Amino acid sequence: MSIRAERVPGGWVRIVEPRSIAIGGMVLSLVGFFVVLPPLTLRTWVWPVTLGFFGVAAGIWAVSRGVRRVGWGAVVLGILGMTLGLLALESSVGKLDVVVVWSALLASMLRYATPLTFAAIGGMFSERSGVVNIALEGMMLSGAFFGILAAQKSDSWVFGLLAAMAAGATLALIHAFFSINLRADQIVIGTAINFLALGVTGYFFVDVYGDQGTPEGIPRIPDVNLPLDKIPTGLGEFLDDVFGSLNLMIWLSFVLLVVSYVVMFKTPIGLRIRAVGEHPRAADTVGISVYGVRYASVIVSGILAAAGGAYLSIGFLGSFNENMTAGRGFIALAALIFGAWRPFGAFSAALLFGFSSALAQRLPEYSGSAATLFQALPYVLTLIAVAGVIGRSIPPAAIGRPYIKQ
Amino acid sequence: MSESPASATPPPVTPPSNGGPPSVAARMAFYQRAGGIVTPIMTALLAFLVGGVVVAASGHNPLTTYREIFNGTGLNWFFQVGSHDIGLPFSDARVWFPWNVNDAQSEAAFNLQQTLLVATPLVFTGLAVAFAFRCGMFNIGGQGQYIVGAMVSVWVGSSWVGMNHGLHIVLAVVLAAFAGALWAGIAGFLKATVGAHEVITTIMLNWIAYWIGNYAFGQGGPLQNDFNESVPVSNDIAEGAKLPVFWGDALLQGLHVGFFVAIAALVVYWLTLNRTTLGYEVRAVGFNPEAARYGGISVRRSYFLAMAIAGGFAAIGGALDILGWQFRLGVIDIQSSQIGFIGIAVALLGRNTAVGVGLSALLFGALLNGTSTRNLDPEVFQPELAGNLTLMIQALVLLFVGADVLILIFWQRLRRLRPGRSAAREAPS
Repeated sequence: MSIRAERVPGGWVRIVEPRSIAIGGMVLSLVGFFVVLPPLTLRTWVWPVTLGFFGVAAGIWAVSRGVRRVGWGAVVLGILGMTLGLLALESSVGKLDVVVVWSALLASMLRYATPLTFAAIGGMFSERSGVVNIALEGMMLSGAFFGILAAQKSDSWVFGLLAAMAAGATLALIHAFFSINLRADQIVIGTAINFLALGVTGYFFVDVYGDQGTPEGIPRIPDVNLPLDKIPTGLGEFLDDVFGSLNLMIWLSFVLLVVSYVVMFKTPIGLRIRAVGEHPRAADTVGISVYGVRYASVIVSGILAAAGGAYLSIGFLGSFNENMTAGRGFIALAALIFGAWRPFGAFSAALLFGFSSALAQRLPEYSGSAATLFQALPYVLTLIAVAGVIGRSIPPAAIGRPYIKQ
Repeated sequence: MSESPASATPPPVTPPSNGGPPSVAARMAFYQRAGGIVTPIMTALLAFLVGGVVVAASGHNPLTTYREIFNGTGLNWFFQVGSHDIGLPFSDARVWFPWNVNDAQSEAAFNLQQTLLVATPLVFTGLAVAFAFRCGMFNIGGQGQYIVGAMVSVWVGSSWVGMNHGLHIVLAVVLAAFAGALWAGIAGFLKATVGAHEVITTIMLNWIAYWIGNYAFGQGGPLQNDFNESVPVSNDIAEGAKLPVFWGDALLQGLHVGFFVAIAALVVYWLTLNRTTLGYEVRAVGFNPEAARYGGISVRRSYFLAMAIAGGFAAIGGALDILGWQFRLGVIDIQSSQIGFIGIAVALLGRNTAVGVGLSALLFGALLNGTSTRNLDPEVFQPELAGNLTLMIQALVLLFVGADVLILIFWQRLRRLRPGRSAAREAPS
C-alpha cells in the first residue's frame, strides 16, 4: 500500500510541514462553521468567512508544496465551511436549535455508523485478501433475519447473535467456494449472494411470520448504561446523552476497530492477508496458503457483516422486515473504499456517513425533499474518492483475480 | 477447448492460462462461449431444481407449484394451436396463423401479454449488461440507468402536452437514451481516464439515481405531480406520448409496440457488435485490452462508448415501461423496481449473445409474471413466497453461471467417455 515518502523529523519542523498546516486549515474551517451553530450560535458572518478563508489559503499553500490530497481536502472543507456557515445564518435560531442538538446527533451518528463499521471492516478482510465482496449487503441481511429468528426461538440474544454470525459465515463460505475454488467471477457471485439472501430471508420471513411481521418482545442485545451523568458540570450531561446508553454492539465496534487494526497491520496474520491480496504468487512462493488465507478472510467478512446486520434487527429496531438493510451493505462498501481499505479510514467514513444519516433524519425541519437528496451524499463522496479528485483510493493489487496454484 | 463457439463471430482466442488474466470478465466470456447452448440450459434447470427443493422443504408440492406458475406465465397460450388468421400491418389483408391472436381477452392470452410486457424492459437491461461485458466491463449500473431513463421519459412525456403523437414518443425515448448514456458514461469516463473500477462506480451511480428519483418525485420534489401534494408520484404522461397497444386492451395493460423495439434492439446489438468497426473494437478490448492497444484501438474510447451504449439500452428500457404501460413514475416504483438487477442474470444466462439475451429475458419475464400476486392461487402457493422464490432462482442462476467452469468440465468428461470419440482420437497415431 501507500509508502510514506520519507520520515519527517519530529518537533518544530513537523508543525510547519504543509500537511500539518493543511490539517490546521481544516480545523479552522470547521471551527468557523461550528461557532454559528448551537450552542454558541453567533449571529455574524465574520467568523465562518474569515476562518474558512484561512482554511482555503492553508489548503492552497499545501497544494503548492505538493501535499495534494490533504491540501485539496482543506480547500473543499474551507469552502464548505463558509457556505454552510452562511446558510446557517439564513436559518432561524429556533430551527437551528431543533436540528443541531449535538448530543442527540452524535448518539444517532454512532447508531447509524455501527452496522456500517462492522460490515466495512468485514469487507476489509475479504478485499485485503484479494476477494471482492459486494455481497456485504446480503450477508448483513441474512444476519439481520437469522439473528432475530434465533433470538426469538431461543429467547436469548446471545444465540441470536451467534446464529446471525453462522448465517453470515455460511453465505461467505458459498462466496469463498465459488470464487476461490471454482474461480468464478467474484462480482457475479457477490451479486448472486445478494439475491440469494434477499430471496431466502424474504421466503422464510413470509413462511415463518406471515403477514403479521416479527412479534413484539424478542430479546434484544442490551444497552450499556454508564453512570456518566455523575461527572459534574454540563460535560457529564453531554457525555451521558451521547455515550450513556449505547448498545453493546456499538462498544464492540470500537473494540473491533482496534483489534482489526492490530491484526491487519501489526501481526503476521495481517501481513499474510495483505501479501495474498497484493501478490498471491509471491505469497504462495514463501509458503503461505493463498486459498486458506482467502477462505478465512472471506468467512471473517461474512461473520462481521452479519453481526452488523444483527445489530440492525436485534440491537437497534427489535424487528425485521423484508430487505431491511436497504442498501446499507453498499454504504459499508462505499465506506470501505472511501476509507482506502484501512480500518480507521473505513471507521471514519462510516462515522461520516452515519452523521449524514443522522442529519438527514432531522433535516425535514427545513425541507423534506432536501433531506431525501441528502441521503445520496455517501455515494457521491465515494464516487469522488474513486475518481481521484481528492486523493485516490487505490485497491489491493490482486483484488478480484482468482488465483491458480501452480 | 476444442468446441466451436456457439455464437458465430468471436475471433480465435486462447484462454489465459495462469495467474493474471487480463480481466476476469474476459476469461469468463471465453468459457461461456465455449459452453455453447448446453450450459445455459443446464444452469437454468439446476436452478429450478434447487428452487423446487426449497419449495418442497417448506412443505409445498414443487410440481403443482411450478405448474401453477407456468399457467400464470401465459406460455400455455402456445399450446392452443388451431386454424386462425392474423391481420397484416398497414393493410386489411389477413393470413392464416396457427394461434388465435384475435382472442386477446382469454386468460392465457392476457397472461402472455403481461409476460411479454415484463420481458421487454428485461431485454434492454440485459443488453446493457451484455454490451459492457463484451468490452470486458461489468455493468452493475443497469438499475440506475433504467431509473434515469424512466425519469427523463416521464418528464418529457408529461411536458409539452399536445405535441405530435409520434414525435413526442420519439423525443421521450431519445432523450431518455441520451440521459442514460450520459449517466453510464460517467462510469465509462472514470474507467477510461483514472481507471476507477466500473463495478464500484456503477454501484454508486445506482444509488445516486435511486435517491435523485426519491427526491424528484417525493413530497415537495421538483417533478412531483401538480394535483395532490401528499402522493409521491409524477404527473401522468400525455395521451400523445403513450405507446400504441397492438395486442390486448389498452386499458388493461395490453402489449405495446415497445415489444418490437426490444426485438429490434436485439438485432441492433448483434449488428453493432458483429458488423461494425465499433463492435469489433469493443470486442477486441473485451478479449484483451493490451493487445487491442497494440492493434491501434483506442481502449479508452471503447470503454467510454461501450458504457454509454449500455446505459442507452437500459434507459430505453425504462422509457418504454413508462410510455408503454406505467404512464407515471412514483417513488414506490423506484424503490421496488428490480428490472435493472435482473438484467444481470438475463445477460449472463444469455451468454451475452443477442439470441441468448432475448430468450433469457423471456424466461425471467415469465417467471416474474407467473409468480405475481395476480396469477398465483394462494391455496397452492402463497404469491409472497413465490416472489422470493423468483429471487432465489435468479440467485442460483447467477451462482451456477459463475460456476459454469464446473459444468463445462463435467460436460467435457462426459464427452470424452463416449467410445466413438476416443477411438477417433486414437486412430491417427
